[in-house]
Parts: sequence; C-alpha cells; structure tokens
Amino acid sequence: MSGYYTSADHFALLPALMLVLFGSAILLLEFLMPKGPARTRWLVGFTLLGLASAAIALLRQHQALSAPGSRIVAFSGSFTIDSFSLYFDWLFLAAAAIVTLISYRYLEIEGEHRAEYYGLILLACSGMFFLASGADLITMFLGLELMALSFYVLVGFLKRERRSNEAAIKYFLLGSFSSSLLAYGFSLLYGLSGSTNLEEIRRAIFTRGSLDAITALAMATILAGVLFKVSAAPFHMWAPDAYAGAPTAVTAYLSVASQAASFALLLRLFNGPLSPLDQEWRPLVAGVAVATLVIGNFAALTQENVKRLIAYSSVSHAGYLLLGLVAGNTTGLRGIAVYLAIYMFANLGVLMVLIAIRTRTSGMLEEDLSDLNGLGARHPLYAAAMLVFLLSLAGIPPTGGFLGKYYIFLSLLETGHAVLAVIAALYVAVSLYYYFRIVRGMYMTQGEPGPLASSIGMNVAVAISGVATLLLGLFPEPFLRFAAGALVR
Amino acid sequence: MPPLPVSQIPLNWYLILSATLFLIGVAGFIYRRNIITIFMCIELMLNAVNLSFVALSYQWKQVDGHIFSFFVMVVAAAEAAVGLAIILTVFKNRQTLEVDEISSLRN
Amino acid sequence: MPAGYLPFFLFLVLAILFPLATLIVAKLIRPSAPLPVKREAYECGIPAASTSRGRYAVRFYIIAILFVIFDVETVFLFPWAVHYKALGWFGVAEVAVFLAILVVGYLWAYKKGALEWV
Repeated sequence: MSGYYTSADHFALLPALMLVLFGSAILLLEFLMPKGPARTRWLVGFTLLGLASAAIALLRQHQALSAPGSRIVAFSGSFTIDSFSLYFDWLFLAAAAIVTLISYRYLEIEGEHRAEYYGLILLACSGMFFLASGADLITMFLGLELMALSFYVLVGFLKRERRSNEAAIKYFLLGSFSSSLLAYGFSLLYGLSGSTNLEEIRRAIFTRGSLDAITALAMATILAGVLFKVSAAPFHMWAPDAYAGAPTAVTAYLSVASQAASFALLLRLFNGPLSPLDQEWRPLVAGVAVATLVIGNFAALTQENVKRLIAYSSVSHAGYLLLGLVAGNTTGLRGIAVYLAIYMFANLGVLMVLIAIRTRTSGMLEEDLSDLNGLGARHPLYAAAMLVFLLSLAGIPPTGGFLGKYYIFLSLLETGHAVLAVIAALYVAVSLYYYFRIVRGMYMTQGEPGPLASSIGMNVAVAISGVATLLLGLFPEPFLRFAAGALVR
Repeated sequence: MPPLPVSQIPLNWYLILSATLFLIGVAGFIYRRNIITIFMCIELMLNAVNLSFVALSYQWKQVDGHIFSFFVMVVAAAEAAVGLAIILTVFKNRQTLEVDEISSLRN
Repeated sequence: MPAGYLPFFLFLVLAILFPLATLIVAKLIRPSAPLPVKREAYECGIPAASTSRGRYAVRFYIIAILFVIFDVETVFLFPWAVHYKALGWFGVAEVAVFLAILVVGYLWAYKKGALEWV
C-alpha cells in the first residue's frame, strides 16, 4: 500500500490525463467565450492544443522507451506503456487531430457547432489510450466504456436529424449489449484466475491446460463481445446503420479510431490471457474472418449510399485484419499494425472528400453515389485525392494499401494458411468492383456543378492523408521499422 | 467471528443464478421490441455480471471482484444516462419506441 | 437446516404474522360503515383526474438522468469513507480530484439550464 501515485504513474498517465483535462475544460470554456465565429475557432484551437500537449507527453514516453522491449508499468501493474501502446496511441492522436480539422466546416454546415463535440472527441481518445495501455481487466473495461459512451453521443450528435438519432440508438443498444457480453466474460476470467491482471490470468489459464466449461464460456463470450466491437461478420449489423446515420466526421472517427482501439483490445486479450487457448479460438477466428470478407464485400457491391458502401468496405477490412490474427506470427501482427495505419489515412480521406462535397444548399443529405458524379471535372484535386484513397483501400501497389495486404497475405503463407490467402486475394478483386464504381462516377459521368465546402483545416487534412497514403506506399521503410518495433512483445 | 452462513451456499449456485439472469437478459434483448425493455434487459445482463463478480470475489477472499462490480455499476449508470438521453431524442423525432418502426436506415 | 438461518426464519415468521394480526384485530374492533366517498381511491383528497398511465413531462426524465449520475458517485465515496484513516491525505486528495471532475459536469449541466424547471 505504499506509493499511491508515483512519478512513474504520472509519467505513464500524462498523455491520457492531458486529453481528459482539455476535454473537461473545453466544456466550461464554452461559457467563457462570447458567441460567434470567433468562439468556434477557439474551440478548434483549444482541441488541437489538447492533442498537441498529449503528443508532447507521448513523445517523452517514446524517448524514454527507446530501448527495445522496455516498458513502463504503472498503477501496480494495471497500466503499461510499451511499444505496442505507443504505436496505437500515435494512431489515435493522428485520427483525432485529422477529425478535428475536418469537423469545423462540417459542424458549421449542420448548425450544431458546440463545445461538447470536441470534448467528446478528446474523451473518446483518452478512452482509447486506456484500451491500448490496459494490462488489467478493469482498466480495459473502463477505457472501452469511456470510448464507447463518447461515441454513442457523437453518433447521435445531430439531434434534430432522424437518421442520426436512429444510428445512435442502434449503435447504443448493440454496443452496450456487446459490452455486457465482454463484462460477463471478464467476470469468468476473474473467477478462474482470482486476479484481474492480464498476465496472471494468462498464467492461470496456462496451468489449467485443457478447455473446461468455464474457460470455454469465458472465451466464447469475450470473443463474441470483441467481434461485435470490430464489426466482424455475424455481429457486423450495427456498423452500416451507425456509419450511415452518424455525422460524416464522426463516421470517419468511428471507422478508424474506434476500429483501431477495438483491435488493440483484441490483440491485448487474445495474445495475452487467452493465448494458451489459441488452438481453440484460431479456427473460430479464421471462420469469422472469411465470413466477414464474404459479407462485407458482397453487401458493398449493391450499395447506393456512399457511407453505407464505405461501412461495408470497413467490415471487409476487419476481415483482413482478423486474418492477421489467425496467422498470429510476427509478420501477421506487424501486418495488422501497418494495415490499421494505412487504412486509417485512406478511410479518413474518403470520408473527408464526402464532407467537402456536401453542402446544405445543394441538398445532398443522402450521400448517394451519384453525388460524386463529375467530381473529376469540378474539383480535380479533390477527385485525385479520392482516387488515391480508393486505390489504397483496394490495395493497389503504388499506394500504402498494398503494403498492408501484402504483409497479411505473407503471414498467412508463412503459417501454412494458403487457402485463406487465396480466398482473401480473391476478395480483393471483388472489392475493386465497388471502389471502381465510385471512380467511374467521378471521372466518367456528368454531374451537377456544386460548391465545395472546403476550409483551411479541410485542405490540410486532405493533404496530410493523401501524402501519408502515397508516402507509406512509396517509401515505407521508416514506417515499417516503427511498426515492427511496435509488436515485438 | 463465526463463519457467515452465506458460505454454506455453494459457489455454483450463484454462478448458475448469474448465468440464468444473463441469459434472460440476452433472450429479452433479442425478442423484445420496445427500446426501453431492451435497455432494461441490458441492465439485467450487467447485474448478472455484478452477481458473478461478487460471488467469485467472495470465493477468492479478495476485494478485486467487488471493485470491478463497483465500476460495472458506474458504467451501467452512465450507460443509463446516455441511453435515456438518446431514447428521448428518438422519441421526440418519431413518437415511437418500437424498434421495428425505427428503420429508415436500410437497404 | 443450518443454525445460522434461525434468526432469519424467526424474523420471516414475525414479519408475516404481524401485519396479518394487525389486519385481523383491526377488522374485529372497528365499526363498519361503508360510504361511497370512503371507497374512492385516495389521491391527495381530490378525486383522481386521469389514469396513472399517462405521459410525464420530459423534464422528469432529465432530472432522473442527472439523479442517476450524481447518485452513483457515492459508490466510490463509501469505500473511501470506510477506509479514510488509513488512506490519509492522499485519499482526501484523490476524492477531491474525483469530485472536481463531477463538479465540471455539474457546472456544465447548470449552465446549460438542465436544472431549471421550465
């Protein structure tokens, strides 16, 4: 009982603490500022300041952990900072920063520019930090809930919009259902090990050896809960509705950051406490991954709404990511890390172009595929950026997307899952069809000329995402080294 | 202090009760059509989790499980607040709380 | 039967017998004079205006939501209160931080006008 809050604890917690501090302060800051356009700019600035201070704290952790394999264990072993958590934390911060940049104009158009939005973005981000750093069931559960609760509100943020409400209620009901499943599984894990620490649970399961009723039930409920969170096949039905109904900026945040955080949870659990049971869960996850690929890709083929199409394509990307876990070797885990980062920039990019072409006056409320018609002639730069993002999502060589798929396929071949690799490669061909539908609309169809809702923040965000997507494909070396360090555990 | 009489009820009974409550919650979540009822089923599931944590914590003679159940309670309350707020906005915009009627996002 | 349950069963028997006895004794000794007014449902002395199944004003839900949030904070104050001597000033500081976060929420709700009855 000595040393309740040591300096090591403080050092480990600081990035998340910064986000919570700024996230709470921004709620009160709103009352101190006079109303008007100056206030909204202040809110964006303050949010970026919060993210920057978290980034500085994170950078200091990064420097402290320069030796490979080193880690900081804080709060009596319930919170770890290692290269894994650092890698994911950087992803979350980047996603939050880009989403903040693209939200300004979007919220102006929707007429819902309020401080709570930015507060919730920061709080959700701190929840993700806890997920990535969690070494204890309690920490992980709380991180997950902090993230999920923020997202429930964000998805329903346009409270006068029926579609946003509906997305929020569906996401809320299915999200809290899956959290309950996870919590039940956690209680069984605690029951069979007598500890909430992930490492001790792993040891307890390892000593138990065989799969008995309680272990099987714990594994099944946790697997179901996590698969819900990553929107994998039998449990994916919330994703299209939540993605399509949510404010587009929130869709962007949800589809990349929440997805990455859920994969951090998945990797922490299945490479940690549940790793002794890998003979049991590996075939299950393989089956789920293939089902996810099939459903995601085929459902995306027939979508007329761009956001729903992107939602189903996200589901199919979850399938590829799960295949990395099936392989489970170093290449596979590195593949997941690389894939998540590349997918993040590309998916954010696609959604921000959607935001840019959407204006209240042009009446584009449904985000139909036809809204993109003629974009190539109207706004060549945005169309070119969109093309890069779509190529990356499809995994075409000059862009980063190829790299992520390459590592996943390579890991599958290395571990003797050639059949899975072939199936996955076949579905790349299917996905080309629906990504190409968007490209054809942009370049080969005449469209109504419409104004572009661009802003400085939006242009910066599109530029960052586009350059990142291209650079990751052309000069992947420094990034690969960073990602490789991330997952050697 | 004499041993508490509770210890004479085997742990399994608590776990069976907890699993039963949890399954009732799952069944209700799947079969009920009113949002408030579905939400109550989720709360029932969380309470089953609490029961299981407290029983197991007693078995292990630790407080970790109690602490977890505290956090589950708080999470349940936070979910209730957020959930009720979302339900209110849905009701305001649609005048219904039947999930089958809330289906404009579909194709 | 385990001996530890004896007080419980005694209490159970007592809890059943007492209201029964009260009802029976009251029935025996009171005069019986049923009037129509007496048979009405009692609702603050005035006749019931509508059924109790109607809709509530939305304000009640908002108050209920706020109540749920601030009610559960005591879950964390109780363990501290039980153990506060051992935790010392650190515990006080910890609880102060915890309450400060809640105060941010409270101030926000207050400024948003969620506590006013319009």
